[in-house]
Amino acid sequence: MTTAKIQFGRRSFIKSTVLAGGGLMLGFNLLASCKPGSANELEIPDEWFEINAYLKIGENGVVSIMSKNPEFGQGVMTSMPMVIAEELDVDWKNVMVEQAPFDAARFERQFTGGSQALRSSWQMLRTTGAAARQMLREAAAKAWDVPVAEITTAAGMLQHTGSGKKAGYGEFASAAAQIPVPTEVELKEPKDFTIVGKSKKNVNGKDIVTGKPLFGLDVEKEGMLIATVAIPPAFGMKLKSFDATEAKTMPGIKDIFSFKSYNDDYEQNMFDTNAFTELVAIVGNSTWEVMNAKLMLNVEWEPFSDYQYTAGGFRGSQEVTVPAGLESTADHMVKMKEAAAKPGNIVRKDGNPDEAFKNAAKVIESTYTAPFLGHFMMEPINFYADVTEDMVTVIGPSQAPEFVEGTISARLGIPREKIDVQITRMGGGFGRRAYNHYATEAAVISQQVKAPVKLVYSREDTTRFGVFRPAYYVTFRAGLDANNNMIAFHVKAGGVPESPLHANRFPAGAVDNYLAEAWTVDSNITIGAFRAPGSNFIGPAEQLFLDEVAEAAGKDPIQFRLDLFKKAQENPVGERNDYDAARYAGVLELVREKSGWGQNDSGRKRGVAAYFCHNSYAAHVVDVVMENGKPRVENVVSAMDCGIVVNPDAAVNMVEGAVVDGIGCAMYGEITFTDGAPDMDNFDSYRMIRYNEAPKKIDVHFVQNEIAPTGLGEPPFPPIFAALGNALYKLTGDRYYHQPFNKEDS
Amino acid sequence: MAQFNLRINGKQHQVDVDPSTPLLWVLRDHLKMKGTKYGCGVAQCGSCTIHLDGQAVRSCITFVDSVGDKEITTIEGLSENGDHPVQQAWLEHDVAQCGYCQPGQIMQAAALLKENPHPSDEEIEEAMSGNICRCGTYTRIKQAIKTASNS
Ligand code: FES
Ligand code: FES
Repeated sequence: MTTAKIQFGRRSFIKSTVLAGGGLMLGFNLLASCKPGSANELEIPDEWFEINAYLKIGENGVVSIMSKNPEFGQGVMTSMPMVIAEELDVDWKNVMVEQAPFDAARFERQFTGGSQALRSSWQMLRTTGAAARQMLREAAAKAWDVPVAEITTAAGMLQHTGSGKKAGYGEFASAAAQIPVPTEVELKEPKDFTIVGKSKKNVNGKDIVTGKPLFGLDVEKEGMLIATVAIPPAFGMKLKSFDATEAKTMPGIKDIFSFKSYNDDYEQNMFDTNAFTELVAIVGNSTWEVMNAKLMLNVEWEPFSDYQYTAGGFRGSQEVTVPAGLESTADHMVKMKEAAAKPGNIVRKDGNPDEAFKNAAKVIESTYTAPFLGHFMMEPINFYADVTEDMVTVIGPSQAPEFVEGTISARLGIPREKIDVQITRMGGGFGRRAYNHYATEAAVISQQVKAPVKLVYSREDTTRFGVFRPAYYVTFRAGLDANNNMIAFHVKAGGVPESPLHANRFPAGAVDNYLAEAWTVDSNITIGAFRAPGSNFIGPAEQLFLDEVAEAAGKDPIQFRLDLFKKAQENPVGERNDYDAARYAGVLELVREKSGWGQNDSGRKRGVAAYFCHNSYAAHVVDVVMENGKPRVENVVSAMDCGIVVNPDAAVNMVEGAVVDGIGCAMYGEITFTDGAPDMDNFDSYRMIRYNEAPKKIDVHFVQNEIAPTGLGEPPFPPIFAALGNALYKLTGDRYYHQPFNKEDS
Repeated sequence: MAQFNLRINGKQHQVDVDPSTPLLWVLRDHLKMKGTKYGCGVAQCGSCTIHLDGQAVRSCITFVDSVGDKEITTIEGLSENGDHPVQQAWLEHDVAQCGYCQPGQIMQAAALLKENPHPSDEEIEEAMSGNICRCGTYTRIKQAIKTASNS
């Protein structure tokens, strides 16, 4: 046991007001809850006792745990309650999980993104569970008149060995709810964990395979209308006028009108989108009817002129100029080349790179590019809103419910307390559902038609109202001395409209002479977070390049990297290196061992890559073969270091998913633009990886340690692009400089 | 508008809709059966897969007036208690991530196994390549189909 200070201010112990007297039954939505042990039906208690915001215990010992974070497939709805259950010391079979609504007064950081959920909440979840356990023990000690210290717990039972007394948690739930919250609690040693580290099935599993209405698009309410919107056909355009005369006569149509998403004096936050802020709403009885009516709508769009606005951001707000124009991919390429040829903004410099490059025996230089990508989350954009005179209810898929509340509050002039944001399971997010313009749109439409409304975007509009992964471009240079040691490294990275540079990442710290420069090209195309933002390009590019450098140095690509990590560990250059070289080397060593690197290549060609981002380390070895004249990925071996693995099988699933997604994006992913409009908007034009293109086998291994858990959704994603590219090079003899790789083949 | 009598999951339903309405929206909007998912609307993703007389079809391009008296099965009716061997195998392998594509995947796999109880790897590939999983659960889908085909 270790002792820990309670890590959650007061807020998670704010109880539902009715509970103050103890022993009151709570309103509990049984349909929204789910049982981990799908086979054994849990008996719903007659009474629930709320111990804190996360925990309720029934008189029969059944425990309900709130999952505070939005779930989009990363498994937090299972893994986060597992952590609470662990410290509560309850039998997982007696746990049910509920999705918490957005409630800033009771729950902290209800945000999904940046692979931060477990990392930021680990200690808080543990102390929450441990505090409840402590309160139960105190309640039992009082009743049995024995010292608290002598009361032990196991699997939901309280026990006092001396007196032979024994009771289930349910018996003392009511009394525990009256015990003051302890200020310090005992936490288990990781070696004593019985739930964390043991695979538990997805708590929503049964509901998913039976088609239960879990998603935003499935929301159904009495009197609900369906809405869709007409959005500008291209970035750089805005609404000029529209004529709905004909469309309004279509069957099932209630209303058609234009509206603005923000008030004129509104200052945007970092998840508000500045494109397409005036839309036309089509409201009717059913999805098919509103989509058909939209086809009959006559809308005129016009190009806009340059404009300034105040954009929110992680580092505070700033004035941004949005350029006019209808942009095309060909122009972007020209502009990126021009920008790359000019001096960049120097972000980091170690030693004397100029001098070192001059003295180098060999200089290797390569440029890598990647196109815009769309998120293509499987569930198209949607949100439900019911706006009445004094209350707003919005329900839907959101990674950032706090921002939903803020933007709607500003737009409708209704205080936050009167806005109820409920989170549904999301059919994928990948960053896109942090940008919730559609929740505000739904609210504005509901207010206008004075009825509950579910806003539904078509797949095409879901893509076209994109918050795209930017197009990127980077040039690397490496200098080797006569002994093939890397003595100089230069990275110059930019993009439209953002640079992917992470100046303090490897190989910074491992090279004496290092220079990192950034540049950008302005654009009016909306961009935003996409699985491992920035890292998803700069990581693979760097790892593709290091493969070239290792080859030029005549070294094995794994050994070449390990030598650099050794230097970074023993004699680091600079102070701001943001990685732990030993853990980085650890995943490479593990993947080398598990893949049998260098031993059994038998006809297959292999590539390797490693990367660190979002606090975790990942390495992959990819095997490719030629099949009917086309490269095919046979096998992937992955090694991860993300600290303690809370739910191992689900963690493996996440890594497998990142591997498949990464291979798909690297091989096929591409959004090009013509006159401001994306050339791909559905799965017939955007190539998403399919079943027959996925690796036949993926083996995932974790470094075993007791470090607090870090992210898993993003870290395995960047390096898979590079491991694939490096394997393809061995197969075809060509280096893969430009994504998507399949275009380079043709 | 026209009346259609549809036989869905063993029960008779009557709807009054435009004859060109895809079955997908009849199920979701008119009959409030949300298990069949909208992903693309153009037969490219498989999220909307249902069975028509036991055959897997894309409900997003199956117009209601083309159904006639064919028996429609949706994910809600694949089994009474969610215990169809394919559903069980899906749970055993904990296939789902976000889960959105999975009803379609399961309907596709169930139709395959009904026709071909022991498909080869190539036959599985052939049958499943029209169903996209954006979360990338393909390797688990394969394991689950193998498990179901052995049960
Ligand atoms: S929604 Fe029917 S195949 Fe995509
Ligand atoms: S599980 Fe998310 S799309 Fe398949």
